[in-house]
Amino acid sequence: MIVTKKTLKKKGNLSQLMIPLIAFGLLIIFNLIRDPGFFSIETKLNNAGNTVLAGNLISIINGASELAILAMGMTLVTAACGGQDISVGAAAAIAGSVFVKVIRGASMVTGGTVILAFLACCVVAMLFGSFNGMLVSVFRIQPMIATLILYTCGRSIAYWINGGATPTIDGSITGAIGSFIPGVPIPTPVIIVVVMIILFSLAFRFTTLGLYTQTVGINQNAARLNGINTTLIKLLSFVILGICVSVAGCIGVCRLQLINHETLLIDIEMDTILAVAIGGNSLGGGKFKISGSILGAYVIQMLTTTLYAMKVSSTDVKAYKAIVIILLVVIGSPVVKRWFTKVMANIRGASIRRLGVKEGN
Amino acid sequence: MTVQNSSLNQKRREPLTDTQLLMTITICIFFVMYILAMLLLGGGFLRAQQIFDLLNDNAPLIIVACGLTVVMIGGGIDISVGGVTSLVVMSCVLYLNNSGNMFVSMLLALGIGLAFGLVHGLLVSYLEIQPFIVTLAGMFFARGMTTILSVNPQKLAHEGVNALRAVKIEIPWLGYVAKNGNLIPARMELGVIVALLCVIVIFLLLKFGRTGRNFYALGGNQQSALMLGINVKRTRFTSYVISGLLSGIAGYVFMMHTGAGNATNAAGAEMNAIASSIIGGTLLTGGVGNIIGTFFGTLTLTTIKKIVVTSGLNDPWWQSITTGAMLMFFIVLQSVVLSRRGKVKTSRNVKE
Repeated sequence: MIVTKKTLKKKGNLSQLMIPLIAFGLLIIFNLIRDPGFFSIETKLNNAGNTVLAGNLISIINGASELAILAMGMTLVTAACGGQDISVGAAAAIAGSVFVKVIRGASMVTGGTVILAFLACCVVAMLFGSFNGMLVSVFRIQPMIATLILYTCGRSIAYWINGGATPTIDGSITGAIGSFIPGVPIPTPVIIVVVMIILFSLAFRFTTLGLYTQTVGINQNAARLNGINTTLIKLLSFVILGICVSVAGCIGVCRLQLINHETLLIDIEMDTILAVAIGGNSLGGGKFKISGSILGAYVIQMLTTTLYAMKVSSTDVKAYKAIVIILLVVIGSPVVKRWFTKVMANIRGASIRRLGVKEGN
Repeated sequence: MTVQNSSLNQKRREPLTDTQLLMTITICIFFVMYILAMLLLGGGFLRAQQIFDLLNDNAPLIIVACGLTVVMIGGGIDISVGGVTSLVVMSCVLYLNNSGNMFVSMLLALGIGLAFGLVHGLLVSYLEIQPFIVTLAGMFFARGMTTILSVNPQKLAHEGVNALRAVKIEIPWLGYVAKNGNLIPARMELGVIVALLCVIVIFLLLKFGRTGRNFYALGGNQQSALMLGINVKRTRFTSYVISGLLSGIAGYVFMMHTGAGNATNAAGAEMNAIASSIIGGTLLTGGVGNIIGTFFGTLTLTTIKKIVVTSGLNDPWWQSITTGAMLMFFIVLQSVVLSRRGKVKTSRNVKE
């Protein structure tokens, strides 16, 4: 009995990952037909003289780092609150500004300074996260409306912190965070993503965070009656998203070695929500699967890279992306799914009937 | 007759619905803000032209916000409106510059808006896909198509339309006397009339139209709407079509106002429109909202920006920061007011 229950559960989980996996497979096949050498990985020397891995696959995995990190936090917020945070890009700009400000304030960039700067921007991002969380959990405002406030003024606050400039940072350490650590062939952002994934899975393994979040998302009143502090869980999800935002903001700043409040992680909130949705998570809250969102992030990045490789200009990418998104969600829509199962059942029924007729003869 | 009487009595017992209360707060705050600006800042705020300028500049935003309010009352969201507006502007300008016909260009604007509305409605209501994702894809598509049409700004060079653009309604008795002694009448663009017409039509539709009442029922509770025999799918479909159509009209008005197509046209219009609707008392959960509130919400949002600029906070970041602060004030106020009313209602029920 227990075994069947487990297998049932596994089956349900797999069907949730169906859409991103199908999209992944289609993109890989499409790319392989278009250019068989698309996914080849080679080693080469970069400007700093390190041996590093290079190739389209590496640039996809590297480029999706911020998106994947944000998607993890966004999944939690979506699951707990049944709404999305649209201020992640703006909050990341603020976090990046604080990071740059602390580093520029120090006379010499050492490892300690970078850690201090990261902690400072982490605290600021968590504060803004708890501001959003407070509006959502205590004042019971829909998440999208509550985060609209920070979305409106976040980038301006970042501009204000910088004093109306776009300052640069230089230093080997921040450079290493944005690209490669000397002697390690894998891009550092990818390593950070792996660390974040490990941290998240540890948190889900050893705490009740995942279970409680899911419970609050499915039925808030039932969760409250069962003794779960729903306000705290919602607040916590936003604070965790704040940590993700600060990590993503730091990576974004370190990649370019400068902070531009207007262009840092621009439009990432939309891509993040898309990643969560492609990952098969309901945007209405409840059950969630973080692995789906991470896969969704890589699907989006692969799509973008594929379009770039097809010589589509960066401003036009959006139009093609939209077509692919619509195709994906239409395939994954409940109505099409129902129709598909009906057709499959009909085919199966027809074949069984035919077999029966044959046997009868 | 008796039915009417009883309904009147009920109204008297419940003086204001949530919609009306939120709308009243917005309108009061708008007037208080404007009068304070007149007293403290003076200058431009003392002239009637200031109000007409507000309307001239924001006619497209008002139209877009009307469409969005309809969708939000129905419990959905449409974030593609800004993108559709910009696509309409760009395609109309390009079409007119290639010796196009003015009436055909109007049909083109309506057609583009209608097409987006139809596709969104179809995908959201009949294929049951989450509206946020559908309209997000719509926004991406519209913005992408705009840059595919032209990356460079395009100036409108059609004589007929430019002549129509120059037509302004002058109201002499609201004008002011300039320093050289000439009377400068207050000027209003044709787009404002279109915007006001849209507001009135949508207001009548929501207030008296059967479809309009269905939107409220759908947004309030989908299950009960279904039980009441409302065609839920078609109602939702209609709301997206209205929103798409209004974005098309807004695009044409935008073109009449600026006279140029640009890839960054109407940037952030979707969020401004959502903010206007919220300030006007529409709830994103659906079922609560009012067009008059949205109209004043747009005016409040744009007036605060003007006040910030006039009062000497010239640093580029102050405009958005004050907008954000004002948005927060309204959102928290709404939440507090509604939760207090909820408590009063429940306690009254308990007593009874």
